[in-house]
Amino acid sequence: MGAETVHALREVSLEIQKGEYVAIMGPSGSGKSTLMNLLGCLDTPTGGSYELNGLRVSEMNDNQLAEIRNREIGFIFQTFNLLPRSDALRNVELPLIYAGVSPAQRRQTALATLASVGLADRVHHKPNEMSGGQRQRVAVARALVNHPSILLADEPTGNLDSKTGAEIMALFENLSSRGHTIIVVTHEEGVARQSRRILRIRDGLIASDELVRK
Amino acid sequence: MNFFTELREGLSISWGAIRANKLRSGLTTLGIVIGIVTVTLMGTAIQGLNGSFLKSVSSIGADVLFVDRASWFIHSAQEWFASRKRPALTLATADALEKQLTLAAAVAPVAQDNATVKYKKRHSAGVPIVGTTENYQITSGLTVASGRFLTAGECRGGRPVCVMGADAATNLFLNEPPVGQKITIGPHQFEVVGVLEKLGGFAADGGVDDQVIIPLPQYTQAIEDDPSYEIQVKISRLDQMDDAREELRTVLRRLRHLAPEAPDNFAINQQDQFLELFHQVAGTIGVVGLFITGLSLFVGGIGIMNIMFVSVAERTREIGVRKAIGAKRRTILLQFLIEAACICLLGGGIALAIAWPATLLLNKVMPATLSPMIAGLALLVAMLTGVVSGFLPAWRAARMNPVDALRNE
Repeated sequence: MGAETVHALREVSLEIQKGEYVAIMGPSGSGKSTLMNLLGCLDTPTGGSYELNGLRVSEMNDNQLAEIRNREIGFIFQTFNLLPRSDALRNVELPLIYAGVSPAQRRQTALATLASVGLADRVHHKPNEMSGGQRQRVAVARALVNHPSILLADEPTGNLDSKTGAEIMALFENLSSRGHTIIVVTHEEGVARQSRRILRIRDGLIASDELVRK
Repeated sequence: MNFFTELREGLSISWGAIRANKLRSGLTTLGIVIGIVTVTLMGTAIQGLNGSFLKSVSSIGADVLFVDRASWFIHSAQEWFASRKRPALTLATADALEKQLTLAAAVAPVAQDNATVKYKKRHSAGVPIVGTTENYQITSGLTVASGRFLTAGECRGGRPVCVMGADAATNLFLNEPPVGQKITIGPHQFEVVGVLEKLGGFAADGGVDDQVIIPLPQYTQAIEDDPSYEIQVKISRLDQMDDAREELRTVLRRLRHLAPEAPDNFAINQQDQFLELFHQVAGTIGVVGLFITGLSLFVGGIGIMNIMFVSVAERTREIGVRKAIGAKRRTILLQFLIEAACICLLGGGIALAIAWPATLLLNKVMPATLSPMIAGLALLVAMLTGVVSGFLPAWRAARMNPVDALRNE
């Protein structure tokens, strides 16, 4: 804890359109985690502004941020971050609970979302009764269930073997083709290559911003 | 999300958390259980004592003045010796009071001593025998359960009859009907003409319930020929209590030819003094008792706070995930508050399940009942303990930064 203030990001100016599939790359310490936290409304910038769907997120308080995260962001974490004591259904229902959806409605929505990621037969399994790939699918379902504006994935394949990793990336591809906005933070070139646009961050600055040719 | 949904979700989450840590929750609950049990028993005992004392005191009546040689409350040895030298109260005084008092409804001279009472082959020793007049029924506020009370004629010297207190009657007659039977007190036989209604409480122990009441002339023949009397004076109207007391004092002083500067050589006693002293004592017992027992609840509360801090620390990551997904501060705060309150309510419930039979046991030694009010109060106190001691940990959880919480391993 030094007295010196370190700016993890400086002069980052960035615009992402609805429906884009963007990868953010950079070595550790580059500031990509900070950028992800800002984009995910987990944190607010000390300077500058962030607008999401026309809402000025940078000026919001804690509770407003929580509401925005609930409505606009779907998180997918490297370590899945499912609630260990709750089954898949309950995990997927969670965002709906915080959104105030009625029990019958949220059960129906959660079941449909689980089915859409191919887990219709695993709804009552707890995280420790599922494989890594299945867990990440639950996490994707949880991220999708509230129809957020952005799917924000932080190293989504980091804890998966290459085969299940590829499955998750295929799922992302599918979601992207159905119009979801996806932002993937990764340091794997192969993962980033599957997106349409790659942002490279170095020392708190955007080093490059290029479209992927396929 | 509205408050009701939050409450329900909080309940289901905390129930899961409590079940996931059964041993830990159980041990933590133990502190609360002990605290609530002791507080409940204390409260029950105080309430029981109060209730039964008030019942027996009020059965004698707040509107009765008791003229005695000595005050009921003697504060020093000198006072006691001085009161021993005072002239005894006589029947003549009682008669004079009856004639001269204008604010009194009834005057009854009362003499009392213990004696053995026999019926057939059974006998009770140490029974309080009361020699008095028909007015005793009025001054002591007695209700006859069967038969009748002494009549004026009997009290002027007529027949050897007696009225028995409820317990005195059951002890001697068991299940036989006493009215019409003859009992032996000392060398004399007395016909039982009535049995009093049971008062219970403190009256059961040496009080009216145990007494055998006989006419005064019979008393002086059978028990003691020169008894020391107490004169009971019932006031017509309770709101004239002070005037009546003053009148009584004036008449007594005149009867005894006391010079204006001479101190009273008699004492006028009153229920209030009893009540006052009792309230003082009971109040002190109550405060000290509740403080000591409350201390154990406090210790239990600290246990809850401790375990809630552990619970919050353990679930930092979960808190991070919940916040990332959209849980607000209030939601997280409520979740942990409910968890703490649930542990404590559980403890309160267990405590009541222990305190209830314990009260029944206690009731054999002293008057005690677990009233619904105390039970409800105990649960409320348990819940409050949970909420209060859970607040700090819950507040810490609610204020966590989601980024830091998610990074927690």
